[in-house]
Amino acid sequence: MVIPVPAVKKTEAVLTGKFAHIVIEPPKGWEPIKLGELWKFRELLFFLTWRDIKVRYKQTALGATWAILQPVLTMIVFSIIFGGLAKLPSEGIPYPIFTFTALLPWQLFAFALTQSSNSLVGSQNLISKVYFPRLVIPFSSVLAGVVDFAIAFVVLVGLMAFYGIDLTPAALLLPLFLLLALTSAIAVGLWLSALNVKYRDIRYLVPFLTQFWMYATPIAYSSSLIPEKWRWLYSLNPMTGVVEGFRWAILGKSSLDVFSLSISACVVVLFLIAGLYYFKRMETSFADII
Amino acid sequence: MSELAIRVEHLGKQYRLGGQQALYSTFRETLVNAAKTPVRWLKGELRTGRNKFWALEDISFEIKHGEAVGIIGRNGAGKSTLLKILSRITNPTRGRVDIYGRVGSLLEVGTGFHPELTGRENIYLNGAILGMSRVEIVRKFDEIVNFSGIEKFLDTPVKHYSSGMYVRLAFAVAAHLEPEILVVDEVLAVGDAEFQKKCLGKMGDVAKEGRTVLFVSHNMAAVKRLCSRTIYLEKGNIYFDGETSAAIQEYNGEIKEILVANFVSDPNKTIRIKRLEVCAQAPTSETGHIETADGVIIKVRYNVNKPISGAHVFIRIHTGDGETLIGTGDADTLPSRLGPREPGQYDCDVLIPPRILGAGKYTITWSAGIPFQDNFDIEFHALAFQIVDNRTSRGKFIYRERPGLLALDLDWNYENKKQDA
Repeated sequence: MVIPVPAVKKTEAVLTGKFAHIVIEPPKGWEPIKLGELWKFRELLFFLTWRDIKVRYKQTALGATWAILQPVLTMIVFSIIFGGLAKLPSEGIPYPIFTFTALLPWQLFAFALTQSSNSLVGSQNLISKVYFPRLVIPFSSVLAGVVDFAIAFVVLVGLMAFYGIDLTPAALLLPLFLLLALTSAIAVGLWLSALNVKYRDIRYLVPFLTQFWMYATPIAYSSSLIPEKWRWLYSLNPMTGVVEGFRWAILGKSSLDVFSLSISACVVVLFLIAGLYYFKRMETSFADII
Repeated sequence: MSELAIRVEHLGKQYRLGGQQALYSTFRETLVNAAKTPVRWLKGELRTGRNKFWALEDISFEIKHGEAVGIIGRNGAGKSTLLKILSRITNPTRGRVDIYGRVGSLLEVGTGFHPELTGRENIYLNGAILGMSRVEIVRKFDEIVNFSGIEKFLDTPVKHYSSGMYVRLAFAVAAHLEPEILVVDEVLAVGDAEFQKKCLGKMGDVAKEGRTVLFVSHNMAAVKRLCSRTIYLEKGNIYFDGETSAAIQEYNGEIKEILVANFVSDPNKTIRIKRLEVCAQAPTSETGHIETADGVIIKVRYNVNKPISGAHVFIRIHTGDGETLIGTGDADTLPSRLGPREPGQYDCDVLIPPRILGAGKYTITWSAGIPFQDNFDIEFHALAFQIVDNRTSRGKFIYRERPGLLALDLDWNYENKKQDA
């Protein structure tokens, strides 16, 4: 049965321009990224981040102590196995503090990556019921990791006092490396979260990815172990730049490899831009396939 | 004062069929499909578009500021799809929508509520999700709390709330959203009668304040109360667009009897309906319709896919207007049904005794869940049937159909005094 479609009744409706105008049209492939929208929804970004932080350690006996236990326990295991048994060189720094300095940004990165990858799928009910720029979701789950980082940082300061290491002015550059770590996490997280909506395989891939990635980053060992001719390839891993930067800024021993750091930064920015475009393209179908 | 609020032009939305079963794919499936494609191509199955369907085909209308417009239609007519496009949750496949004004959409109450957060925290979170600014929430906070009536439990995590408190708080936040255009889905399907009344009252206020309201519902009485104009959707197209009473008349005239319905299985659901049937207990009518003098039997077959305790299956009988006349659960008279249910197929039926349902049109909604906690499966208005009154004594009197929703036989007591001559 074909039902005749009534023609649009051209009413006497008028437009005064008093109201904001929104156009809804079919998606047209690759569209420009509107980061301005993310800014417009910054309050939502704040509330979702705040929720993630609030809820994280609810109904755990140890609460926020976990933010300290996780890096500290890993540090102890690494110190025994890699520092004690394998006797890996640590550039003349006590091994525990050598590895802890790297574990701080690494765990922030790994946590942010994991959370953001699963963030869209975990927000199914929001995505299918309310409109807001979907970018808010992976961004908020990345930002929520910063609190854990701050708590663990206090432990680092304590450790440094214990070993009698003083902070140098270079520590002022830490926020820069922190930003690089967060940007790396969101750059990869955007890809994985969007892919995860369509392919739930991502959920199982992420734990392996973070594990392999950790061994490709100088956390348990010093990057000086890497042969000179392979250094450029090694630098493609942005977390190498972050970890080296942290060691340099906090411990001040090794010199900062500006060249490899700039490679890292470039890789991250490229990944981020591509990720934003990919996310934008997939965004329109999230509600239909999630 | 007739400024344009929404203009919809030739709007269409296509979905891939079978999406219901495979909500998302895995790499393996994609690879298998890719491998299958050349074979399908050889068979000429490609591009037949067989597994696609248009949820909305070609929709055009205009709404002015200050109008309250109802959207009605049967299941699958495209109501929800239209709302989702207007709320920017999903994109159209073709056509264009122009919206002038800030849109607030309520497709659900309590979207984004987090069970671990307190009532106070959830007000802020939910407000932000619905699009309120922090300043706005702070300003309306006391009002929201008053409306919800949960002052005492403001600092208790909402997971400890009763379902009633939860819904009240959720609606209180939503009710204080002040968009220029309000888009509301069947939110009123949840909650008790008192709550529904409160919701309707609030919505009526919004409409009276001169804001634009778009209201989707199965409840004709609610649509009648709220909206002066109604759009009746049928199979993804506009069937009727005009005065509400006329739209409802069209809609009611259109009820085709659905006496048996079979459903696609869904192993992800703990309980899933398989088959519903309604019939006369012992048919007395030659017309094929059920008589008021007949008992009405609703036969239910459902599958339990996962072992479950504390659940019940529930049947609602609605009048043609969409008002719920009867709600009945299998645990009402068989409390043992709240015990464990093992996976398997279950058959049951429920009898509505003769002379309860009056002549008229009825629909049946099925649901299964844990009372006041969880809902596993729901099929709105899955069956539709008509009851006629041909055989009772009333049929022989002036009215072919006796007035009244119910056809109860009540006892009359008499005292007859002979007149003194």
